Amino acid sequence: MSFFGRFRSRRSAPIARERLKVLLAYERTTRGQFDLLAVLRDEILAVIAKHVNVDRDQVQVTMDLGERVAMLEINVEIPHSAMALSAAG
Amino acid sequence: MSEVLVVTSGKGGVGKTTTTAALGAALASTGKTVVVVDFDVGLRNLDLVMGAERRVVYDLINVIQGVAKLPQALIRDKRIDTLSLLPASQTRDKNALTEQGVARVIRELRTRFDWIICDSPAGIERGATLAMRFADTAVIVTNPEVSSVRDSDRIIGLLDSKTAKAENGERVDKHILITRYDAARAARGEMLNIKDVLDILSIPLLGIIPESQDVLRASNMGAPVTLNDPTSAAACAYSDAARRLIGHDVPMSVPGERRSLLDRLLGRRAA
Repeated sequence: MSFFGRFRSRRSAPIARERLKVLLAYERTTRGQFDLLAVLRDEILAVIAKHVNVDRDQVQVTMDLGERVAMLEINVEIPHSAMALSAAG
Repeated sequence: MSEVLVVTSGKGGVGKTTTTAALGAALASTGKTVVVVDFDVGLRNLDLVMGAERRVVYDLINVIQGVAKLPQALIRDKRIDTLSLLPASQTRDKNALTEQGVARVIRELRTRFDWIICDSPAGIERGATLAMRFADTAVIVTNPEVSSVRDSDRIIGLLDSKTAKAENGERVDKHILITRYDAARAARGEMLNIKDVLDILSIPLLGIIPESQDVLRASNMGAPVTLNDPTSAAACAYSDAARRLIGHDVPMSVPGERRSLLDRLLGRRAA
């Protein structure tokens, strides 16, 4: 490795600083959407829980941010026993 | 007036428990009554760092569930009688930590102590959000390293939105504590320096704790570093940070290589 190459690789802090600045600028603008997901998750869960007995941890809500549209994906795992109970009731 | 302080970070292993113990002991040494509360249910460690692991009978969850009264669960420190510990449960389910339960315990602690220091678990799950929930002040422990800085930024966002104060339109008083700082490496551009971290996070600095062998030695011994080796560079930095918390105007010094070498020589000779 050349002298300058070695020098450049040692001074890695400025690279860390720039990477963080870019990343955090992006993450701060999307922060509100994480809250939206939490709200959606809670409300969706409340509606489902009215009818079916589901485990909190078995409800997954994710959002995929595309260039033009965002895709909201909701995954709810309902055990057979809960289905049988709600059918009977 | 009592003050509820959360020691938090998002990332694990940056020094939250060490900081809780060191600041707790330093504040208690000034005559304030202090309780340190472990919120890491299932992975408690504050008892071990404080050297009280064999004295735990009841814990935070026991108090929340009404199995024990608060005074039964509090462990009074043997070195400083104004310092107490409320341990976390090692075995119980994290879900036993409820918001109402934590609110009640914090309310009761406020009547007994000047400072209530909540040691947050890593992450942003229930334990971490409840540890910060009722805080007046937050110390965000950050290593000068990319993942720690990023997680601190995330935690700052939560402190500004998910705490009782934030929901009442007030602000949690936030401070950055930079730990494991190596001034020589920062000077060579191998590590983020203090200015980099503060520019990125935009939060006032409470103190700079140097990377130090004294911290490991203190936890080996089961004593807060501010008690185990009060003249060490790390202990001095923690004591200065504690004095800033109670409103003293202590000049900020960057613990550097030259100073620490001098400290080491003087420390050895004095000992």
